[in-house]
Amino acid sequence: MVAIHAALEAIYRSKRWNVRLQNFVVHAVLLIGAVIVLFPIVWMLSTSLKPPTQVKKFPPVWIPNPIMWENYIRAFTIFPVPFWTFVRNSLFMSLSNVVASVMSNTIVAFAFARLRFRGSQVLFLVVLSTMMLPAQVTMIPLFILFSKLGWVNTYKPLIVPQFFANPYFIFLMRQFYTTIPKELDDAARIDGCGVMGLFFRIMLPLARPAIGILAIFEFTGTWNWFLEPLIYLSKMETFPLALALSYLRATYRVLWSELMVVSFVSMLPPVILFFIAQKAYIQGIVITGVEK
Amino acid sequence: MNANTSAIERRKHPGLTSRQREEIIAYLLISPWIIGFLMFTLGPMVASLGLSFFETNLFSSRFVGLKNYATLISLDETKSLFWKSLYNTAYYAVLSIPLTIGAGFLIALLLNQNIRGQSAYRVLYYLPAVIPNVAASMIWLYLFQPEFGIVNWLLSLFHIEGIRWLLDPKTAKLVLVIMSVWGAGGNMLVFLAGLQGIPTELYEAATIDGAGRWRRFTHVTLPMISPTLFFVLVTSIISSFQVFSNAYVMTGGGPANSTLMYVLHLYLVAFRQYRMGYASALAWVFFVILLLFTLLVFKSSRAWVYYETEIGGGR
Repeated sequence: MVAIHAALEAIYRSKRWNVRLQNFVVHAVLLIGAVIVLFPIVWMLSTSLKPPTQVKKFPPVWIPNPIMWENYIRAFTIFPVPFWTFVRNSLFMSLSNVVASVMSNTIVAFAFARLRFRGSQVLFLVVLSTMMLPAQVTMIPLFILFSKLGWVNTYKPLIVPQFFANPYFIFLMRQFYTTIPKELDDAARIDGCGVMGLFFRIMLPLARPAIGILAIFEFTGTWNWFLEPLIYLSKMETFPLALALSYLRATYRVLWSELMVVSFVSMLPPVILFFIAQKAYIQGIVITGVEK
Repeated sequence: MNANTSAIERRKHPGLTSRQREEIIAYLLISPWIIGFLMFTLGPMVASLGLSFFETNLFSSRFVGLKNYATLISLDETKSLFWKSLYNTAYYAVLSIPLTIGAGFLIALLLNQNIRGQSAYRVLYYLPAVIPNVAASMIWLYLFQPEFGIVNWLLSLFHIEGIRWLLDPKTAKLVLVIMSVWGAGGNMLVFLAGLQGIPTELYEAATIDGAGRWRRFTHVTLPMISPTLFFVLVTSIISSFQVFSNAYVMTGGGPANSTLMYVLHLYLVAFRQYRMGYASALAWVFFVILLLFTLLVFKSSRAWVYYETEIGGGR
């Protein structure tokens, strides 16, 4: 009896046992957390395939029976305009902003990272401080300005400003440029490279990973954008997916399966992009410390 | 700069040194940002301040001085929902910020122990952060339906019944808070990056000095992670005050204005009632509140944020 007790105590005290127990607890907590995080998404998929009678069942139906693929067709045809329109609009807006953002931010950030000019530090401080500025402060005068220009119900108010750089992405790109060794600049200049040559031939090719991060963040950010599109776009032909979903909710409050179908479709592009480019995402967050 | 090249440059462009040329090019290159800053940030900010002294509707506007601000701070809820929306937003922020930071930090700490499947967990936990807010709102709306939502079914297993969630002014905001915790994976990634930046030598040195687990955590991990924590805190304050789309989609501000968040209130005043002047006043007060909070956090940071360079041991 005493021997068994001593043996148990020894096992309990041994480091390995401790480490195993600790590992088990950590994994258990992480797994429970992962289930909680994933559950709403799984539940959405399940609901999107439920027959109408099972959507409001209590206790809930876990696996739809029969599986209603028709829900997808019904959800896509419920709108007065073809569903494809929303997908196209979202794609158009997101891709345009990616182009605009890459063009402007790579250049502006390059000047801040590499060129010497009077006031560069003060100006960069301004960039940093506007990072914290809530968009709501400028929203109303911008709306008045853009509506006077006749830009309401077009994508111009949502795309054009992206051509003028964005503090968050200037910061991201600048952080990346500063990791490129300065010796490269000197070597390039000795070889007769001008400032623009340095930018196009040396910095831009080396900054490809950061440009990838910028493009992914801009794409996802624009795809998920809601407030400004809501303000500027009121005609259904111009709706991106997020607005189409909000319209569906406002018009047919209780068509749960259809709402889940459109929710699912609208989250596919950013989610797929995230799975493909996880490394870039994580690196981008490490560089800036900001999630967007 | 190499003397040879600058001599060549000077020959190519008489009258300008290469330094001056570089300066001109630099200004040209940052000009998109300068123009954008003036046109889309500074200009509109000034305009918004000016507009806040006008009473406007669809057809006319007239100067009313500080009247908008006077209406705004009125305690009469039939006149001004400013306090109501500020209260709702503060309520949301006070619960959501510590919970999302706490959950994000906890997961990051667990993931930072070189456990198996780290990258899979990292992806899973971050997933909600890339899902469009509107789509996520639909899901949570369905989960929290009082009659047939799965949350109430789970609670009914523990004999907790009849919570009306989004239909009850007392619980509606809580749903938004719970939903925000679901997105804590964003913070997790930032914390994880911070934790992985802590040099292992520090832990080794602490262990040699006889520090146990808890002391290593309080004397190495916490001070070293405090700059990250500071950063996450600032961005969390700003983003939680800007909460909009979930409230807009899920409740539209109801019931009884209990989820009328500040930005939602601002949106409704500006784009449903077309009171642009009053909305501008709301926007400026919002800006000042956020600025004050941010400055407060910055000021307080001296007391609790540890910077390596302070003791001259910077890397």
